[in-house]
Amino acid sequence: MSIDTINNDFLDLFKQGKSLLDDKSSKFMNTKREEAFEQFKKLGVPTLANENYKYTNLVPVFDHPYTVDLQYRTVMGDLNKLFYCDVPELDTNLVLLSNGWYYNQNRKLDIPEGVIVCSLQEAAEKHSEIFEKHYGKYAKPNEEGLVALNTALAKDGIFIYVPKNVVVEKPIQVINLLRSDRDLMATQRNLVVVEENAQVKLIFCDHTLTEHKYLSNTVSEINVAKNAIFDLYTIQNQHLNAAILNSVFIRQEANSNVLSNILSLYGGIIRNNHYTIFDGEHCENNTYGMYLMDRNQHVDNFTFADHAKPNCVSNEHFKGVMGDEATAAFTGKIHVRRDAQKTEAYQRNNNLLLSNDAVINTKPQLVIDADDVKCSHGATVGQMDDDALFYLRARGIHEEEARMMLMFAFAHEIIEKIRIDALKDRIDELVEKRLRGKISKCSTCAIACHQ
Amino acid sequence: MLSIKDLHASINGKEILKGVNLEIKPGEVHAIMGPNGAGKSTLAAVLAGRELFEVTKGEVIFEGKDLLDLAPEDRAREGIFLGFQYPIEIPGVSTVNFMKTAVNEHRKYKGLEPLKASDFLKLMRDKKALVEIDSKLTNRSVNEGFSGGEKKKNEIFQMAMLEPKLAILDETDSGLDIDALRVVANGVNKLKTPENSTIVITHYQRLLDYIVPDVVHVLFDGRIVKTAGKELALELEAKGYDWIKEELVK
Repeated sequence: MSIDTINNDFLDLFKQGKSLLDDKSSKFMNTKREEAFEQFKKLGVPTLANENYKYTNLVPVFDHPYTVDLQYRTVMGDLNKLFYCDVPELDTNLVLLSNGWYYNQNRKLDIPEGVIVCSLQEAAEKHSEIFEKHYGKYAKPNEEGLVALNTALAKDGIFIYVPKNVVVEKPIQVINLLRSDRDLMATQRNLVVVEENAQVKLIFCDHTLTEHKYLSNTVSEINVAKNAIFDLYTIQNQHLNAAILNSVFIRQEANSNVLSNILSLYGGIIRNNHYTIFDGEHCENNTYGMYLMDRNQHVDNFTFADHAKPNCVSNEHFKGVMGDEATAAFTGKIHVRRDAQKTEAYQRNNNLLLSNDAVINTKPQLVIDADDVKCSHGATVGQMDDDALFYLRARGIHEEEARMMLMFAFAHEIIEKIRIDALKDRIDELVEKRLRGKISKCSTCAIACHQ
Repeated sequence: MLSIKDLHASINGKEILKGVNLEIKPGEVHAIMGPNGAGKSTLAAVLAGRELFEVTKGEVIFEGKDLLDLAPEDRAREGIFLGFQYPIEIPGVSTVNFMKTAVNEHRKYKGLEPLKASDFLKLMRDKKALVEIDSKLTNRSVNEGFSGGEKKKNEIFQMAMLEPKLAILDETDSGLDIDALRVVANGVNKLKTPENSTIVITHYQRLLDYIVPDVVHVLFDGRIVKTAGKELALELEAKGYDWIKEELVK
């Protein structure tokens, strides 16, 4: 199938499904939908000809007769019973999403008064003032085909609102369950609003529950207001038949602090778009990523730090371990605008290649229009350090175990940035299992992720 | 304990060891001295199993086993310990995890159960006290950001943990100030038993004031050209290596 056929199929879907798409969605969302549809007509699904998608061919990903749910499908069985995340000491507010839709029987959460956690659909109606102030403001459908497609098809997802001065102690853990009896394309749209001086930690875990082919096109918009502190942990652990297209747009206001950590443990095709705009002075942003890929898995991390205001610090570090015939790409864009003096922007990408057939394309892109800035970037692609390997073996450690220790140490530098201890321990454990070639699902999880 | 016969080894086709012969009995301390480039570190690396070097001829028997047949980790488990001239920094691997893995692999090789966590921590404490190494070092990643002296102390600490039959200390004195040298030498002396042996590789006599050898060898151009008692070290210190070269020419 050609890209034109794929795009035309979406246009047909949109026209034919219009009444279903608009049903139960707010007028505001539907207006945005309409606009995004017009943008998608122009942009289409990004192809290799698009410089930003040079290393990820989406045509074969989209070239499949997926089912698209335009309305909430009743979930069979109780997802709360089917799924539980039993990480010792990890006490979170668990929220379940089913194929991109907010599960309608989520349990009551232990959150401070004024904090809102609900479905996007509900937020659009009940909290329209907040919703309309932020929805569609940070993710721009006019620049990115996947965002246009998402906005055109978006019906639901999670909405989180943390009011001024409120600290949410218990992290909010969102479990995206992909579970279907047919091959499915899911569209998920999330909106997170963290008001002035508020604090919240958000964990996104992706799980594929059934072996069907999935395509998930998710967009999250996040606004972090003045002095707010926000953590975002994205844990990607799907089966080989899943394609995850995940676009995150973060806007930071003055003095805000954001930590984002993207951990790609397993999956068929993963594309992360990670945009941060610094729209106030003295912001700090730390964006980390780790990817462990083997077989013919593919991961492409695309990041963009837009320094629009002076005196902000961004620090970015992505590390990958690649085996077999896995392929990965990293693009790190930094734009320091003319007035953004005293910007500090750092970027690193380190890769460990375990086989001759693994491929990594790494591309820093720095555009610096200000003259008083500190910026650096560096990328390395290497193999296991022979001296370190010999040192461990000379102490009696088996070669295989020594390799394992070095790989783990390499990945650990990213894991240790996690600011939730129990999650850090669990990720350590999952990564160790993963590197040992075992299935890296949580041991107590009832779900067979990779079977 | 160790018997080296006519050992030849090369790197990238260049022969470094040109027929080394050496016999070491249990409980002995041997010093190997020699000018730079003589092959001292190569000998140590070959004994520990560094694959960078190719053994082209000769044999090494350790406790009745053909050492050259064994992988580096098996040599270590058999009781060989190499104290590195330049210990490697391994960011992200904690010293505790490193030692726990190493100790338990040694135990597994001997058919023993892994140590209980509490027993392991006690062992760490005892050995740390023995070699006078600070906890702040063992709480960090292996050798990461350590000074030269701290790295060498850490080698001796690892040696204490693993209790080797034969320790090969490669230029353990290089880069040490006198206090660190004393600590390192004390550690080695405290670990000495009538059964285990030590090879001290050094360029200078200084270390041998603290670790007193039974036998001193001079390695020159890939061969051991002179063997004598500890007085040889003093003579080398006073006269340098040139007189040995002259003797060889005669």
